Amino acid sequence: MRKLFGLLITIALGVMIILALDKTSAFPKFGEVDLQERISSQYLTEENIEMVGSANIVTAIVVGYRGFDTLGEVTVLFISALGVAFIFGGTKQKRLDLKFKPNFMLRVGSNVLLGIILVTSLYIILHGHLTPGGGFPGGAIIASSVLLLYLADDKFRSNVKGFKLMEGIAGSIFVVVGLLGLIFATAFLENFLPVGTVGQLLSAGIIPIIYVLIGLKVGSEIAGVVDNFLTEEESA
Amino acid sequence: MTFFEIISLVIGILLLAIAFMAINSKKLINSVLFLSALSMLAVVAFVLMRAPDVAITEAVIGSGLVTALFVFTLLSLKRRESE
Repeated sequence: MRKLFGLLITIALGVMIILALDKTSAFPKFGEVDLQERISSQYLTEENIEMVGSANIVTAIVVGYRGFDTLGEVTVLFISALGVAFIFGGTKQKRLDLKFKPNFMLRVGSNVLLGIILVTSLYIILHGHLTPGGGFPGGAIIASSVLLLYLADDKFRSNVKGFKLMEGIAGSIFVVVGLLGLIFATAFLENFLPVGTVGQLLSAGIIPIIYVLIGLKVGSEIAGVVDNFLTEEESA
Repeated sequence: MTFFEIISLVIGILLLAIAFMAINSKKLINSVLFLSALSMLAVVAFVLMRAPDVAITEAVIGSGLVTALFVFTLLSLKRRESE
């Protein structure tokens, strides 16, 4: 009876959402959206793309035009990591004893996979201005490789102090790059480097630099969160 | 109906079904795994809607990190209960 009730509610909600979104002015048919209504048409002109120099228009908006918002997003993530550390952290910590011993296959397999995952994350971060992806997903992939290390060895602790240091340095350099924009150009986080050819790896001015910094910061932050989840205070 | 519409319909129905299973399963660990499957299907839906940036983020965070953190939390809860 309870299951039937739950199923009915799920179906009703689904139908309601579909009916509410279907063919209204806010949700036109797929592929027929007039982009001019949604984003400023200034972003989409060809000369503007050449001015920003990012082949991926999402990155051009996220880091190029709305760089200050991205700084805020990074700050939000920092505050959430701070909250996790505040609840779980302590002075003396050891690995959580989960009564779970990694076997041979898991150990060897994760050693093989670790390199591939790290290289993928570097690729996603470095090509953030060319292909989909960028600093946030790339950093999360770095953190997932750290999680793999924790899975493969039940005594492993990563260098948490190093992560904290890297997080702080990357965040500070992000702000410094923004301030350099204030000095060499006119506004905070404005591009002050030559843009180069659209589509090349070394192009788009400060966007790749900022995305590498965001990748390092997000990666070390989430790795710190993973460490907090997998450790506990030593009972003296 | 085009091929694209059929695929979107199938994925939409699967998303609803898995969401229902996630909130209605008896064991918490099953809920977490259904949530992970939901994220994976959402990735397919995002790719179909031509949003690869969102798809990558959802794949990494939704079905990777969040699932792992949930599983570890459940493991540590289980250990506390057995003590």
